[in-house]
Amino acid sequence: MTAGVATASAATERPAPHVPPRTWISIFGRMLAIQGAWNYESLLGNGIGFCVEPALQLLPEGPRSPEYRAALARESHYFNAHPYMASIAVGALARAELDREPPERIERFRTALAGPLGSVGDRLVWAGWLPFCSLAALAIFGLGASTGVVVGFFLVAYNIGHVVLRVWGLRMGWKHGLRVASALGNPVFRRGPQIIGRVAAFATGAAIPLALGRIIGPGRSLLGLDLAGVAVGSFILVRLQGRIEGWRLSLLLLAIIALISVIR
Amino acid sequence: MIVEVIDLVPLAMLGGLLGLDVVSFPQAMISRPLVAATVAGALIGHPSSGLLVGAALELIALETLPFGASRYPEWGSASVVGGAIFANNPEHAAGAMTLSVLAALATTWIGGWTMVKLRQLNAVWAGRKRAALENGSRRTVIGLQVQGMTADFIRGAGLTAVAYALLAPLAAACIALWSTDARLSRAMVVGLAASVAGGAAWKIFHSTSGALVLFAAGLGLGIFLVFLR
Repeated sequence: MTAGVATASAATERPAPHVPPRTWISIFGRMLAIQGAWNYESLLGNGIGFCVEPALQLLPEGPRSPEYRAALARESHYFNAHPYMASIAVGALARAELDREPPERIERFRTALAGPLGSVGDRLVWAGWLPFCSLAALAIFGLGASTGVVVGFFLVAYNIGHVVLRVWGLRMGWKHGLRVASALGNPVFRRGPQIIGRVAAFATGAAIPLALGRIIGPGRSLLGLDLAGVAVGSFILVRLQGRIEGWRLSLLLLAIIALISVIR
Repeated sequence: MIVEVIDLVPLAMLGGLLGLDVVSFPQAMISRPLVAATVAGALIGHPSSGLLVGAALELIALETLPFGASRYPEWGSASVVGGAIFANNPEHAAGAMTLSVLAALATTWIGGWTMVKLRQLNAVWAGRKRAALENGSRRTVIGLQVQGMTADFIRGAGLTAVAYALLAPLAAACIALWSTDARLSRAMVVGLAASVAGGAAWKIFHSTSGALVLFAAGLGLGIFLVFLR
């Protein structure tokens, strides 16, 4: 982490300003829409300003004051992070603004925090928790579970992780302010992706034959043949990695199959 | 088969909502095919059919996780289209799954392109309001968020309506002419989907220590359970 983030701020040693529950609820609600105006120029920037804004209304000078406007403009600049991990930034930036940290220190903090919040979130959520929940739900589907159980399991399991991460991030950010970088050293972020990766690898192995079995229906010969085909197909796709995406290849092959099946 | 507007409206609304979930709001993964196709199937009256095609699509979707600013297919609206087309054939006629997955993949491709266009549009809107943003205008910051989300909803709803209106009659016509055996057709689709999932899982987990052994253990258990049933 860079010096800008590591710099201890005397201001964050002070007791945290009081934030009414209504403001916290507003901030959390807005965090669910943090990517609403996502674009290729400011990325998540406007979303950060949108989420921090309810806290900025608590500035002593009040909303619509020059201080409020300067802070909102500052917080709406370019920012990039994983959308769930951005809650750490939202909490920390809200605290920094209410603690009246110098603007240049806030700018440095924003620059330094963006990268780590993106990479940690990608590894933990997109390459860990999401595929794990998806594969576990597919395994449950393959075991013959009902529609409600499969969909319910996926949504509940995934969103427990999702909501907990957002709430924890907001709390950590608010608690530590500009010193929140230490929160990224949490064991969950260091070891979590590895542990989830192992469990997900097991779930992948179990889910593929189970899901195949349920979709194809009874009959072992066709299933055995299909499993062999999957092994070959997966190997080919791994070898072609970077040259063609599997979903595009599937689109092409399915179009050919459809054409043959209709014309013949 | 001609799609009636009255049938199209609920599906378009659902496609809009689930398309919104992919990036804009609330990213609770209700847009994943396993969920989206099932809900679309439920809307047609056959949730279990939606789940079946949703599971096949979910296997393919494992390859395209929403990493950062990368361009990826949009599964929410596409799964609604695929789920609804398959649920229109509750007897699972030969070719129904192939054509439903094909329709969903075609829609997801277009959906990914529309998402890129929306992001470019968001940048244009933000550029026009640059002075107000630099001035810390609350109305502008909130307005851009609301405008982006509204546009995303319209994008998803429009995409779903157009894709379903075009592809559902086409699928129905193709099913009437389909000559390949129903189980074989399904086996080919799901085999292809599982191959994509296998390749994707390798990409995601191959660097994790012990993942290969655990994958093999899971595979052994899965095959044992399948042949036990």
